[in-house]
Amino acid sequence: MSMSDRREHAAISSERAEYLKRMKIRRNAIIAARVIILVLFFAVWEIAANLKLIDPFLTSQPSRVVRTLTNLYNEGDLFRHIGVTCLETVAGFLAGTVLGTGIAILLWWSDFACRVLEPYLVVLNSLPKIALGPIFIIWIGPGPSAIIVMALAISLIVTILEVLNGFLSADPEKIKLVQSFGASRLQVFTKVVLPANIGSVINALKVNVGLSWVGVIVGEFLVSRAGLGYLIVYGGQVFQLDLVMTSVIILAAAAAIMYQCVVWIEKKLVKNPRIY
Amino acid sequence: MPKELVEVRNLGMKYQSPNGEIEAVRDVSFTVKKGEFVSLVGPSGCGKSTILSIIAGLLRPSAGSVTIAGEPVRGPSKKVGYMLQKDHLFEWRTIYQNVLLGLEIRGTLDREHKERVLSLLKTYGLYDFKDKYPNQLSGGMRQRAALIRTLAVDPEILLLDEAFSALDYQMRIAVTDDIYGIIKREQKTVILVTHDISESISMSDRVIVLSRRPATVTAIHDICFSLKERTPLACRKTQEFPGYFNTIWRELDVHV
Repeated sequence: MSMSDRREHAAISSERAEYLKRMKIRRNAIIAARVIILVLFFAVWEIAANLKLIDPFLTSQPSRVVRTLTNLYNEGDLFRHIGVTCLETVAGFLAGTVLGTGIAILLWWSDFACRVLEPYLVVLNSLPKIALGPIFIIWIGPGPSAIIVMALAISLIVTILEVLNGFLSADPEKIKLVQSFGASRLQVFTKVVLPANIGSVINALKVNVGLSWVGVIVGEFLVSRAGLGYLIVYGGQVFQLDLVMTSVIILAAAAAIMYQCVVWIEKKLVKNPRIY
Repeated sequence: MPKELVEVRNLGMKYQSPNGEIEAVRDVSFTVKKGEFVSLVGPSGCGKSTILSIIAGLLRPSAGSVTIAGEPVRGPSKKVGYMLQKDHLFEWRTIYQNVLLGLEIRGTLDREHKERVLSLLKTYGLYDFKDKYPNQLSGGMRQRAALIRTLAVDPEILLLDEAFSALDYQMRIAVTDDIYGIIKREQKTVILVTHDISESISMSDRVIVLSRRPATVTAIHDICFSLKERTPLACRKTQEFPGYFNTIWRELDVHV
């Protein structure tokens, strides 16, 4: 809570009260509109399918999705598939973030290595990593490990570039300041470069969450016996659009939840609010 | 111990870059006594900040030498505190964590030093703000905090590199008075680098005028005012002030 907030509680003018009321109404209107869009979407979908305006065999429909969900749950498969995919995604995400940040630190440390590796990073960054999928499967063998490596491959280079860019943009004057105190290179890093770049590391995390999902789903498309990507591909092959739609909706929910986790971590790490 | 605290002898500096060689400093010599306040005045980009960086041990000169208390400078010295143009308080640290930065880096973060820092914060009116973040403080208070961060490691010599020049004019005059008072109270030796003639005259015991790049010493002036209690603002109002100003203005030989 900021100082100005406290002052307002002491003496609140009628204009201020009016303003706060308007803001509250607006906030509620936004939330209401969001909910209405969601409800409307599913309602129109369901009704259109019931009235045969669209073919539920091709588009599925919410009531079928719920039925499929219940069946999966009753067969005990629902959480196994969700669990497998989430686990692979979290593993790929963590590996990409840790390894990417680690390599970025090494490249920051050695300007020579950074210059030497620059063209390789550029080429690897522009290469569609999905093309490497078959290679990973042959090298690592079909299974969760190959899928995790796929997710890692997709997020790694972006993480390195994003984080390294942040590191290199650290204010040289601030670095000069700590050097005037006699700081070593390690201290320059821990006292200035890293804390000044928590923001860009977090941004890399946010991008990584999305990329890890892409990697895992693609990996599961290529090779797997379980997971949401497997369900989607399997559903497509046997022309069960109910299963495909259900998996996509679960996927959307799981991805949203994981993104929120990163936002939560961001709030924990960046304690000092920048705007007062 | 020699009387001269800082000795700069025949200092020269050439920067090398792929596009060529830039000579920033040529054959600069001067000395600073303990307790003295000396200014280096020169046109923008003349190489005066380079001289300060060499004294701070952040740059190696290509010619000449600098000694502090008789010892040649080979790297950042514990005797020297450096203040830059902006306060450079870290926005992710509280004021208290900010002023402890130097002690942290030098590995001398013990109770005794912490207590000294707390007493500095108390003396200079920042104790109540120690748990605030820099963006919650005014420009003047931020400068005080930056000074306390420098004083926390107890340097003998303060190097001010265009300090305060990021502030607007009125704030700058007020902050100059404030910081000057603190420096004198703490009995520090100061080398100030500035392009502002008025600022250098109002604060210094001695003004060293530098030429355009490569910087060489054009003239050295002892500054004396018939004032009982000297403050930068009071100096600006004395009879002697315009005389000094005109002399240095002529020597700087400014062309548009």
